[in-house]
Amino acid sequence: MSHPIVEVQGLTKRFGEFTAVDGISFEIRQGEILGLLGPNGAGKTTTIQMLLSLITPTAGSIRMFGLDLATHRETILSQVNFSSTYISMPYSLTVEENLWFVAKLYGLTDIPRRIDEVVKKLEMEEFRSKVTRKLSSGQMTRLTLAKAILTEPKVLFLDEPTASLDPDIAHKTRSLLKEVRRSAGLSVLYTSHNMREMEDMSDRIIFLQRGKIVAQGTAQEIVKRFGQADLEEVFLKLAREK
Amino acid sequence: MKLHRIVALITRHLFLYRRSLPRLMEIFYWPFLDLVVWGFITVYLMRFQGQLPGVVTFFLGALILWDVLFRAQQGITISFLEEIWARNLMNLFASPLKPSEFLAATMAMSVFKVMAVSIIMAVAALTFYSYNVFMIGLWLIPFVLNLIIAGWTIGVLTTSLIMRFGQEAEVLAWGMVFLFQPISCVFYPIEVLPKWLQAIAWANPAAHVFEGMRIVLNQSAVPLVHLAWAIGLNLLFLTFMVTWFHHTVNVCKEKGLLVRVGE
Repeated sequence: MSHPIVEVQGLTKRFGEFTAVDGISFEIRQGEILGLLGPNGAGKTTTIQMLLSLITPTAGSIRMFGLDLATHRETILSQVNFSSTYISMPYSLTVEENLWFVAKLYGLTDIPRRIDEVVKKLEMEEFRSKVTRKLSSGQMTRLTLAKAILTEPKVLFLDEPTASLDPDIAHKTRSLLKEVRRSAGLSVLYTSHNMREMEDMSDRIIFLQRGKIVAQGTAQEIVKRFGQADLEEVFLKLAREK
Repeated sequence: MKLHRIVALITRHLFLYRRSLPRLMEIFYWPFLDLVVWGFITVYLMRFQGQLPGVVTFFLGALILWDVLFRAQQGITISFLEEIWARNLMNLFASPLKPSEFLAATMAMSVFKVMAVSIIMAVAALTFYSYNVFMIGLWLIPFVLNLIIAGWTIGVLTTSLIMRFGQEAEVLAWGMVFLFQPISCVFYPIEVLPKWLQAIAWANPAAHVFEGMRIVLNQSAVPLVHLAWAIGLNLLFLTFMVTWFHHTVNVCKEKGLLVRVGE
Protein backbone atom coordinates (compact mmCIF):
# COMPACT_ATOMS: atom_id res chain seq x y z
CA MET A 1 0.00 0.00 0.00
CA SER A 2 1.24 3.47 -0.81
CA HIS A 3 -0.03 7.02 -1.16
CA PRO A 4 -3.63 8.06 -0.42
CA ILE A 5 -5.98 7.90 -3.41
CA VAL A 6 -8.98 9.28 -1.54
CA GLU A 7 -8.55 12.08 1.02
CA VAL A 8 -11.55 13.29 2.99
CA GLN A 9 -11.19 16.25 5.32
CA GLY A 10 -13.83 17.54 7.76
CA LEU A 11 -16.68 16.20 5.61
CA THR A 12 -20.04 17.45 6.87
CA LYS A 13 -23.57 17.21 5.54
CA ARG A 14 -26.49 18.94 7.15
CA PHE A 15 -30.08 18.72 5.96
CA GLY A 16 -31.68 21.65 7.74
CA GLU A 17 -31.29 20.99 11.47
CA PHE A 18 -30.27 17.36 10.98
CA THR A 19 -26.58 16.54 10.69
CA ALA A 20 -26.13 13.35 8.67
CA VAL A 21 -22.34 13.44 8.50
CA ASP A 22 -20.41 15.41 11.07
CA GLY A 23 -16.88 16.50 10.19
CA ILE A 24 -15.36 13.14 9.33
CA SER A 25 -11.83 12.78 7.97
CA PHE A 26 -10.22 9.68 6.52
CA GLU A 27 -8.15 8.47 3.61
CA ILE A 28 -8.02 5.38 1.44
CA ARG A 29 -4.61 4.34 0.21
CA GLN A 30 -3.88 2.71 -3.12
CA GLY A 31 -4.87 -0.96 -3.04
CA GLU A 32 -6.56 -0.64 0.33
CA ILE A 33 -10.02 -1.90 1.27
CA LEU A 34 -11.54 0.39 3.86
CA GLY A 35 -14.63 -0.87 5.66
CA LEU A 36 -17.30 1.64 6.62
CA LEU A 37 -19.35 0.28 9.48
CA GLY A 38 -22.25 1.65 11.44
CA PRO A 39 -25.91 1.16 12.27
CA ASN A 40 -28.69 2.33 9.94
CA GLY A 41 -28.74 6.13 9.74
CA ALA A 42 -25.09 6.46 10.81
CA GLY A 43 -24.20 8.37 7.64
CA LYS A 44 -22.52 5.63 5.58
CA THR A 45 -24.66 5.98 2.47
CA THR A 46 -24.64 9.80 2.64
CA THR A 47 -20.83 9.67 2.82
CA ILE A 48 -20.65 7.44 -0.26
CA GLN A 49 -23.13 9.67 -2.09
CA MET A 50 -20.96 12.71 -1.36
CA LEU A 51 -17.91 10.80 -2.63
CA LEU A 52 -19.86 10.12 -5.83
CA SER A 53 -20.82 13.79 -6.21
CA LEU A 54 -24.52 12.94 -5.85
CA ILE A 55 -24.81 15.12 -2.76
CA THR A 56 -22.92 18.37 -2.19
CA PRO A 57 -21.18 18.52 1.19
CA THR A 58 -22.11 21.35 3.56
CA ALA A 59 -18.46 21.63 4.60
CA GLY A 60 -15.16 19.84 4.14
CA SER A 61 -13.27 18.61 1.13
CA ILE A 62 -12.98 15.44 -0.95
CA ARG A 63 -9.87 14.84 -2.99
CA MET A 64 -9.20 11.85 -5.22
CA PHE A 65 -6.02 11.21 -7.22
CA GLY A 66 -4.80 14.54 -5.80
CA LEU A 67 -7.72 16.45 -7.39
CA ASP A 68 -10.61 18.26 -5.73
CA LEU A 69 -13.93 16.56 -6.51
CA ALA A 70 -15.76 19.90 -6.52
CA THR A 71 -13.69 21.20 -9.43
CA HIS A 72 -12.57 17.99 -11.24
CA ARG A 73 -15.77 15.94 -11.15
CA GLU A 74 -15.54 14.55 -14.69
CA THR A 75 -11.87 13.45 -14.45
CA ILE A 76 -12.38 11.84 -11.05
CA LEU A 77 -15.68 10.06 -11.76
CA SER A 78 -14.32 8.51 -14.96
CA GLN A 79 -11.93 6.53 -12.71
CA VAL A 80 -14.48 5.67 -10.05
CA ASN A 81 -17.47 3.35 -9.94
CA PHE A 82 -19.90 1.99 -7.39
CA SER A 83 -22.38 -0.73 -6.62
CA SER A 84 -25.22 -0.60 -4.18
CA THR A 85 -28.21 -2.68 -3.23
CA TYR A 86 -30.21 0.54 -3.52
CA ILE A 87 -29.71 1.02 -7.25
CA SER A 88 -31.03 -0.80 -10.24
CA MET A 89 -30.31 -0.88 -13.95
CA PRO A 90 -32.76 -0.13 -16.79
CA TYR A 91 -35.09 -3.10 -16.49
CA SER A 92 -36.26 -3.25 -20.11
CA LEU A 93 -32.72 -3.76 -21.37
CA THR A 94 -30.92 -7.09 -21.41
CA VAL A 95 -27.92 -7.63 -19.15
CA GLU A 96 -25.61 -7.29 -22.12
CA GLU A 97 -27.28 -4.09 -23.35
CA ASN A 98 -26.96 -2.58 -19.88
CA LEU A 99 -23.27 -3.43 -19.75
CA TRP A 100 -22.78 -2.03 -23.24
CA PHE A 101 -24.48 1.22 -22.18
CA VAL A 102 -22.22 1.60 -19.12
CA ALA A 103 -19.10 0.79 -21.14
CA LYS A 104 -20.02 3.41 -23.75
CA LEU A 105 -20.87 5.96 -21.05
CA TYR A 106 -17.39 5.60 -19.59
CA GLY A 107 -15.74 5.65 -23.02
CA LEU A 108 -14.32 2.10 -22.97
CA THR A 109 -12.75 0.70 -26.12
CA ASP A 110 -13.06 -2.93 -27.25
CA ILE A 111 -16.37 -3.17 -25.43
CA PRO A 112 -17.37 -6.75 -26.48
CA ARG A 113 -14.09 -8.19 -25.15
CA ARG A 114 -14.42 -6.32 -21.85
CA ILE A 115 -18.07 -7.43 -21.42
CA ASP A 116 -17.08 -11.05 -22.11
CA GLU A 117 -14.36 -10.85 -19.44
CA VAL A 118 -16.64 -9.45 -16.76
CA VAL A 119 -19.53 -11.78 -17.61
CA LYS A 120 -17.16 -14.74 -17.28
CA LYS A 121 -15.62 -13.49 -14.03
CA LEU A 122 -19.01 -13.03 -12.37
CA GLU A 123 -20.45 -16.23 -13.88
CA MET A 124 -23.21 -14.39 -15.70
CA GLU A 125 -23.11 -16.34 -18.97
CA GLU A 126 -26.46 -18.03 -18.45
CA PHE A 127 -28.36 -14.75 -18.05
CA ARG A 128 -26.37 -12.32 -20.18
CA SER A 129 -29.16 -12.21 -22.80
CA LYS A 130 -31.95 -12.03 -20.26
CA VAL A 131 -34.03 -8.88 -19.85
CA THR A 132 -33.04 -7.21 -16.56
CA ARG A 133 -36.60 -7.17 -15.19
CA LYS A 134 -36.54 -10.99 -15.17
CA LEU A 135 -33.39 -11.29 -13.04
CA SER A 136 -33.48 -12.68 -9.52
CA SER A 137 -32.22 -10.34 -6.80
CA GLY A 138 -28.93 -12.22 -6.67
CA GLN A 139 -28.49 -11.90 -10.44
CA MET A 140 -29.37 -8.20 -10.19
CA THR A 141 -26.68 -7.70 -7.56
CA ARG A 142 -24.18 -9.42 -9.82
CA LEU A 143 -25.19 -7.12 -12.66
CA THR A 144 -24.63 -3.97 -10.57
CA LEU A 145 -21.28 -5.40 -9.47
CA ALA A 146 -20.44 -6.17 -13.09
CA LYS A 147 -21.22 -2.60 -14.13
CA ALA A 148 -18.98 -1.39 -11.29
CA ILE A 149 -15.89 -3.38 -12.28
CA LEU A 150 -16.56 -3.24 -16.04
CA THR A 151 -15.09 0.26 -16.33
CA GLU A 152 -11.79 -0.78 -14.69
CA PRO A 153 -12.06 1.86 -11.97
CA LYS A 154 -9.22 2.82 -9.66
CA VAL A 155 -11.63 3.43 -6.79
CA LEU A 156 -14.73 1.41 -6.04
CA PHE A 157 -17.50 2.29 -3.59
CA LEU A 158 -19.49 -0.76 -2.59
CA ASP A 159 -22.61 -0.29 -0.48
CA GLU A 160 -23.64 -3.72 0.84
CA PRO A 161 -22.56 -5.42 -2.39
CA THR A 162 -23.22 -8.99 -1.28
CA ALA A 163 -26.49 -8.34 0.58
CA SER A 164 -28.70 -10.51 -1.62
CA LEU A 165 -26.19 -13.06 -2.87
CA ASP A 166 -26.20 -16.70 -1.84
CA PRO A 167 -23.13 -17.76 0.21
CA ASP A 168 -21.43 -19.36 -2.79
CA ILE A 169 -21.73 -16.33 -5.08
CA ALA A 170 -20.99 -13.96 -2.17
CA HIS A 171 -17.76 -15.88 -1.49
CA LYS A 172 -16.83 -15.81 -5.18
CA THR A 173 -17.59 -12.10 -5.32
CA ARG A 174 -15.34 -11.38 -2.35
CA SER A 175 -12.57 -13.46 -3.92
CA LEU A 176 -13.03 -11.58 -7.18
CA LEU A 177 -12.81 -8.21 -5.45
CA LYS A 178 -9.67 -9.29 -3.63
CA GLU A 179 -8.17 -10.48 -6.89
CA VAL A 180 -9.04 -7.23 -8.71
CA ARG A 181 -7.60 -5.30 -5.79
CA ARG A 182 -4.36 -7.32 -6.03
CA SER A 183 -3.99 -7.18 -9.80
CA ALA A 184 -5.14 -3.60 -10.45
CA GLY A 185 -4.23 -1.92 -7.18
CA LEU A 186 -7.91 -1.08 -6.71
CA SER A 187 -8.90 1.01 -3.70
CA VAL A 188 -12.27 0.11 -2.19
CA LEU A 189 -14.67 1.65 0.29
CA TYR A 190 -16.89 -1.14 1.54
CA THR A 191 -20.03 -1.18 3.65
CA SER A 192 -21.76 -4.29 4.92
CA HIS A 193 -23.82 -5.46 7.85
CA ASN A 194 -22.08 -8.83 7.70
CA MET A 195 -19.35 -8.51 10.36
CA ARG A 196 -17.46 -11.63 9.28
CA GLU A 197 -17.35 -10.26 5.77
CA MET A 198 -16.08 -6.92 7.08
CA GLU A 199 -13.29 -8.64 9.00
CA ASP A 200 -12.43 -10.79 6.00
CA MET A 201 -12.44 -7.97 3.44
CA SER A 202 -11.23 -4.83 5.16
CA ASP A 203 -7.66 -3.74 5.78
CA ARG A 204 -9.00 -1.04 8.07
CA ILE A 205 -12.43 -0.21 9.43
CA ILE A 206 -14.07 3.10 10.25
CA PHE A 207 -17.00 2.92 12.63
CA LEU A 208 -19.59 5.66 12.11
CA GLN A 209 -22.29 6.59 14.57
CA ARG A 210 -24.66 9.54 14.22
CA GLY A 211 -22.44 10.91 11.48
CA LYS A 212 -19.23 10.83 13.51
CA ILE A 213 -16.26 8.49 13.46
CA VAL A 214 -16.26 6.73 16.84
CA ALA A 215 -13.60 4.14 16.13
CA GLN A 216 -11.09 3.28 13.46
CA GLY A 217 -8.28 0.80 12.89
CA THR A 218 -7.95 -2.83 11.89
CA ALA A 219 -10.75 -5.18 12.97
CA GLN A 220 -8.47 -6.65 15.65
CA GLU A 221 -7.52 -3.21 16.97
CA ILE A 222 -11.16 -2.18 17.26
CA VAL A 223 -12.21 -5.43 18.95
CA LYS A 224 -9.31 -5.10 21.43
CA ARG A 225 -9.99 -1.44 22.14
CA PHE A 226 -13.62 -2.09 23.08
CA GLY A 227 -12.80 -5.27 25.01
CA GLN A 228 -15.29 -7.38 23.08
CA ALA A 229 -15.08 -10.89 21.67
CA ASP A 230 -15.55 -9.91 18.03
CA LEU A 231 -16.60 -7.14 15.66
CA GLU A 232 -20.27 -8.09 15.92
CA GLU A 233 -20.23 -7.45 19.68
CA VAL A 234 -18.49 -4.12 19.14
CA PHE A 235 -21.19 -3.23 16.64
CA LEU A 236 -23.98 -4.14 19.07
CA LYS A 237 -22.33 -2.24 21.93
CA LEU A 238 -21.84 0.93 19.86
CA ALA A 239 -25.19 0.74 18.10
CA ARG A 240 -27.06 0.44 21.40
CA GLU A 241 -25.25 3.30 23.11
CA LYS A 242 -27.44 6.36 23.62
CA MET B 1 -19.17 17.59 -24.12
CA LYS B 2 -18.17 14.03 -24.97
CA LEU B 3 -20.00 12.47 -27.91
CA HIS B 4 -19.62 8.88 -26.65
CA ARG B 5 -21.63 9.68 -23.52
CA ILE B 6 -24.44 11.26 -25.56
CA VAL B 7 -24.42 8.28 -27.95
CA ALA B 8 -24.55 5.90 -24.96
CA LEU B 9 -27.69 7.55 -23.63
CA ILE B 10 -29.41 7.73 -27.01
CA THR B 11 -28.68 4.06 -27.69
CA ARG B 12 -29.94 3.10 -24.23
CA HIS B 13 -33.29 4.72 -25.08
CA LEU B 14 -33.42 3.16 -28.54
CA PHE B 15 -32.85 -0.27 -26.94
CA LEU B 16 -36.02 0.41 -24.95
CA TYR B 17 -38.15 1.11 -28.00
CA ARG B 18 -36.96 -2.09 -29.65
CA ARG B 19 -39.01 -4.32 -27.38
CA SER B 20 -41.58 -2.13 -25.67
CA LEU B 21 -45.10 -2.02 -27.10
CA PRO B 22 -46.35 0.83 -24.83
CA ARG B 23 -43.42 3.00 -25.92
CA LEU B 24 -44.09 2.25 -29.57
CA MET B 25 -47.76 3.08 -29.02
CA GLU B 26 -46.70 6.48 -27.76
CA ILE B 27 -45.21 7.08 -31.19
CA PHE B 28 -47.72 5.31 -33.44
CA TYR B 29 -51.05 4.86 -31.69
CA TRP B 30 -51.88 8.20 -30.01
CA PRO B 31 -50.79 10.52 -32.83
CA PHE B 32 -52.72 8.35 -35.30
CA LEU B 33 -55.88 8.46 -33.15
CA ASP B 34 -55.49 12.21 -32.72
CA LEU B 35 -55.39 12.60 -36.44
CA VAL B 36 -58.43 10.37 -37.02
CA VAL B 37 -60.60 12.31 -34.52
CA TRP B 38 -59.52 15.72 -35.74
CA GLY B 39 -59.81 14.53 -39.32
CA PHE B 40 -63.50 13.70 -38.85
CA ILE B 41 -64.10 17.04 -37.12
CA THR B 42 -62.48 18.69 -40.11
CA VAL B 43 -64.61 16.68 -42.55
CA TYR B 44 -67.68 17.89 -40.65
CA LEU B 45 -66.52 21.51 -40.65
CA MET B 46 -65.89 21.35 -44.39
CA ARG B 47 -69.67 21.54 -44.80
CA PHE B 48 -69.30 25.16 -43.71
CA GLN B 49 -66.43 25.78 -46.11
CA GLY B 50 -68.05 29.06 -47.16
CA GLN B 51 -67.91 30.52 -43.68
CA LEU B 52 -64.57 28.93 -42.78
CA PRO B 53 -62.28 28.99 -45.82
CA GLY B 54 -59.25 26.69 -45.72
CA VAL B 55 -60.60 24.79 -42.74
CA VAL B 56 -58.84 21.53 -43.66
CA THR B 57 -55.44 23.09 -44.02
CA PHE B 58 -55.83 25.06 -40.81
CA PHE B 59 -56.98 22.19 -38.63
CA LEU B 60 -54.96 19.27 -39.91
CA GLY B 61 -51.85 21.39 -40.52
CA ALA B 62 -52.16 22.88 -37.05
CA LEU B 63 -52.71 19.46 -35.49
CA ILE B 64 -49.59 18.01 -37.10
CA LEU B 65 -47.51 21.02 -36.09
CA TRP B 66 -48.89 20.96 -32.53
CA ASP B 67 -47.81 17.34 -32.29
CA VAL B 68 -44.30 18.39 -33.28
CA LEU B 69 -44.17 20.67 -30.22
CA PHE B 70 -45.84 18.09 -27.96
CA ARG B 71 -43.52 15.22 -28.98
CA ALA B 72 -40.44 17.45 -28.73
CA GLN B 73 -41.41 18.22 -25.11
CA GLN B 74 -42.24 14.57 -24.39
CA GLY B 75 -38.95 13.42 -25.88
CA ILE B 76 -37.10 15.28 -23.15
CA THR B 77 -39.42 14.71 -20.19
CA ILE B 78 -40.22 11.04 -20.83
CA SER B 79 -36.52 10.26 -21.32
CA PHE B 80 -35.90 11.70 -17.85
CA LEU B 81 -38.86 9.80 -16.38
CA GLU B 82 -37.52 6.57 -17.90
CA GLU B 83 -34.39 7.03 -15.77
CA ILE B 84 -36.52 7.58 -12.66
CA TRP B 85 -38.71 4.54 -13.36
CA ALA B 86 -35.62 2.38 -13.95
CA ARG B 87 -33.92 3.76 -10.78
CA ASN B 88 -31.04 4.65 -13.06
CA LEU B 89 -30.52 8.31 -12.13
CA MET B 90 -27.83 7.52 -9.57
CA ASN B 91 -25.91 5.48 -12.14
CA LEU B 92 -26.01 8.44 -14.51
CA PHE B 93 -25.19 11.27 -12.14
CA ALA B 94 -22.44 9.28 -10.38
CA SER B 95 -20.80 8.77 -13.78
CA PRO B 96 -18.73 11.42 -15.63
CA LEU B 97 -21.90 12.40 -17.55
CA LYS B 98 -22.50 16.15 -17.47
CA PRO B 99 -26.00 17.65 -17.17
CA SER B 100 -25.46 19.32 -20.56
CA GLU B 101 -24.70 15.91 -22.13
CA PHE B 102 -27.82 14.48 -20.52
CA LEU B 103 -29.88 17.30 -22.05
CA ALA B 104 -28.22 16.89 -25.44
CA ALA B 105 -29.14 13.19 -25.47
CA THR B 106 -32.75 13.87 -24.52
CA MET B 107 -32.96 16.55 -27.22
CA ALA B 108 -31.68 14.06 -29.78
CA MET B 109 -34.31 11.58 -28.58
CA SER B 110 -36.99 14.23 -28.99
CA VAL B 111 -35.90 14.84 -32.59
CA PHE B 112 -36.15 11.09 -33.21
CA LYS B 113 -39.70 11.04 -31.78
CA VAL B 114 -40.77 14.13 -33.71
CA MET B 115 -39.53 12.63 -36.97
CA ALA B 116 -41.29 9.30 -36.35
CA VAL B 117 -44.58 10.92 -35.32
CA SER B 118 -44.52 13.51 -38.11
CA ILE B 119 -43.97 10.88 -40.80
CA ILE B 120 -46.86 8.80 -39.47
CA MET B 121 -49.21 11.77 -39.23
CA ALA B 122 -48.24 13.20 -42.60
CA VAL B 123 -48.78 9.85 -44.34
CA ALA B 124 -52.09 9.24 -42.50
CA ALA B 125 -53.37 12.73 -43.34
CA LEU B 126 -52.51 12.21 -47.01
CA THR B 127 -54.02 8.71 -47.11
CA PHE B 128 -57.28 9.32 -45.25
CA TYR B 129 -58.03 13.01 -45.85
CA SER B 130 -55.99 13.77 -49.00
CA TYR B 131 -54.23 16.46 -47.01
CA ASN B 132 -50.62 17.21 -47.89
CA VAL B 133 -48.85 18.98 -45.03
CA PHE B 134 -46.04 19.95 -47.40
CA MET B 135 -48.40 22.36 -49.15
CA ILE B 136 -47.17 24.84 -46.52
CA GLY B 137 -43.99 24.72 -48.60
CA LEU B 138 -40.45 25.55 -47.52
CA TRP B 139 -41.78 27.60 -44.62
CA LEU B 140 -42.52 24.27 -42.98
CA ILE B 141 -38.82 23.78 -42.20
CA PRO B 142 -38.23 26.88 -40.01
CA PHE B 143 -41.69 26.43 -38.44
CA VAL B 144 -40.94 22.85 -37.43
CA LEU B 145 -37.46 23.73 -36.14
CA ASN B 146 -38.91 26.51 -34.00
CA LEU B 147 -41.63 24.25 -32.63
CA ILE B 148 -39.02 21.64 -31.72
CA ILE B 149 -37.04 24.27 -29.80
CA ALA B 150 -40.22 25.53 -28.09
CA GLY B 151 -40.97 21.91 -27.14
CA TRP B 152 -37.44 21.51 -25.73
CA THR B 153 -37.91 24.62 -23.59
CA ILE B 154 -41.14 23.27 -22.08
CA GLY B 155 -39.49 19.84 -21.73
CA VAL B 156 -36.51 21.21 -19.83
CA LEU B 157 -38.84 23.26 -17.61
CA THR B 158 -40.96 20.17 -16.82
CA THR B 159 -37.90 17.99 -16.21
CA SER B 160 -36.45 20.56 -13.80
CA LEU B 161 -39.74 20.67 -11.87
CA ILE B 162 -39.94 16.86 -11.64
CA MET B 163 -36.33 16.70 -10.47
CA ARG B 164 -36.95 19.38 -7.85
CA PHE B 165 -40.36 18.22 -6.58
CA GLY B 166 -40.06 14.47 -7.17
CA GLN B 167 -42.35 11.92 -8.72
CA GLU B 168 -45.44 13.74 -7.43
CA ALA B 169 -44.77 16.24 -10.20
CA GLU B 170 -44.73 13.44 -12.78
CA VAL B 171 -48.18 14.41 -14.04
CA LEU B 172 -46.60 17.59 -15.44
CA ALA B 173 -44.90 15.47 -18.09
CA TRP B 174 -48.28 15.13 -19.82
CA GLY B 175 -50.04 18.24 -18.55
CA MET B 176 -47.52 21.07 -18.72
CA VAL B 177 -47.55 21.49 -22.48
CA PHE B 178 -51.34 22.02 -22.47
CA LEU B 179 -50.85 25.03 -20.22
CA PHE B 180 -49.19 26.62 -23.25
CA GLN B 181 -51.79 25.43 -25.78
CA PRO B 182 -54.34 28.25 -25.30
CA ILE B 183 -51.66 30.89 -25.78
CA SER B 184 -50.06 29.03 -28.69
CA CYS B 185 -53.17 29.78 -30.76
CA VAL B 186 -52.90 26.46 -32.55
CA PHE B 187 -56.42 26.26 -33.96
CA TYR B 188 -57.51 29.92 -33.89
CA PRO B 189 -55.95 33.30 -34.66
CA ILE B 190 -54.41 35.27 -31.83
CA GLU B 191 -56.96 38.07 -32.18
CA VAL B 192 -59.71 35.89 -30.68
CA LEU B 193 -57.94 36.04 -27.32
CA PRO B 194 -58.76 38.80 -24.84
CA LYS B 195 -56.35 41.71 -25.09
CA TRP B 196 -54.46 40.88 -21.88
CA LEU B 197 -53.99 37.26 -22.99
CA GLN B 198 -52.82 38.40 -26.41
CA ALA B 199 -49.98 40.24 -24.74
CA ILE B 200 -48.89 36.98 -23.07
CA ALA B 201 -49.38 34.97 -26.25
CA TRP B 202 -47.07 37.29 -28.20
CA ALA B 203 -44.29 36.28 -25.78
CA ASN B 204 -44.83 32.64 -26.73
CA PRO B 205 -42.69 31.54 -29.71
CA ALA B 206 -45.22 28.84 -30.67
CA ALA B 207 -47.92 31.51 -31.17
CA HIS B 208 -45.69 33.23 -33.70
CA VAL B 209 -45.19 29.93 -35.56
CA PHE B 210 -48.93 29.21 -35.78
CA GLU B 211 -49.70 32.80 -36.77
CA GLY B 212 -46.99 32.50 -39.40
CA MET B 213 -48.49 29.25 -40.67
CA ARG B 214 -51.89 30.89 -41.10
CA ILE B 215 -50.34 33.78 -42.98
CA VAL B 216 -48.59 31.36 -45.36
CA LEU B 217 -51.79 29.36 -45.92
CA ASN B 218 -53.80 32.51 -46.57
CA GLN B 219 -50.99 33.62 -48.89
CA SER B 220 -51.55 37.04 -47.43
CA ALA B 221 -47.92 37.92 -46.66
CA VAL B 222 -44.45 36.56 -45.89
CA PRO B 223 -44.26 35.77 -42.15
CA LEU B 224 -40.68 36.98 -41.65
CA VAL B 225 -41.50 39.09 -38.61
CA HIS B 226 -43.19 36.16 -36.87
CA LEU B 227 -40.28 33.88 -37.73
CA ALA B 228 -37.79 36.39 -36.35
CA TRP B 229 -39.79 36.71 -33.12
CA ALA B 230 -40.09 32.94 -32.79
CA ILE B 231 -36.33 32.46 -33.22
CA GLY B 232 -35.45 35.29 -30.82
CA LEU B 233 -37.87 34.18 -28.10
CA ASN B 234 -36.87 30.53 -28.50
CA LEU B 235 -33.19 31.29 -28.08
CA LEU B 236 -33.89 33.47 -25.05
CA PHE B 237 -36.16 30.96 -23.28
CA LEU B 238 -34.08 27.89 -24.11
CA THR B 239 -30.92 29.55 -22.80
CA PHE B 240 -32.76 30.52 -19.64
CA MET B 241 -34.22 27.03 -19.14
CA VAL B 242 -30.92 25.21 -19.71
CA THR B 243 -29.28 27.53 -17.17
CA TRP B 244 -32.16 26.89 -14.76
CA PHE B 245 -31.81 23.12 -15.28
CA HIS B 246 -28.12 23.29 -14.26
CA HIS B 247 -29.11 25.38 -11.24
CA THR B 248 -31.80 22.82 -10.32
CA VAL B 249 -29.28 19.95 -10.52
CA ASN B 250 -27.07 21.86 -8.07
CA VAL B 251 -29.99 22.61 -5.73
CA CYS B 252 -31.02 18.93 -5.80
CA LYS B 253 -27.46 17.86 -4.96
CA GLU B 254 -27.42 20.40 -2.15
CA LYS B 255 -30.70 19.12 -0.69
CA GLY B 256 -29.96 15.44 -1.38
CA LEU B 257 -32.98 15.21 -3.70
CA LEU B 258 -31.18 13.66 -6.63
CA VAL B 259 -30.78 10.33 -4.82
CA ARG B 260 -34.40 10.36 -3.65
CA VAL B 261 -36.17 11.53 -6.79
CA GLY B 262 -37.44 8.02 -7.65
CA GLU B 263 -38.69 7.18 -4.16
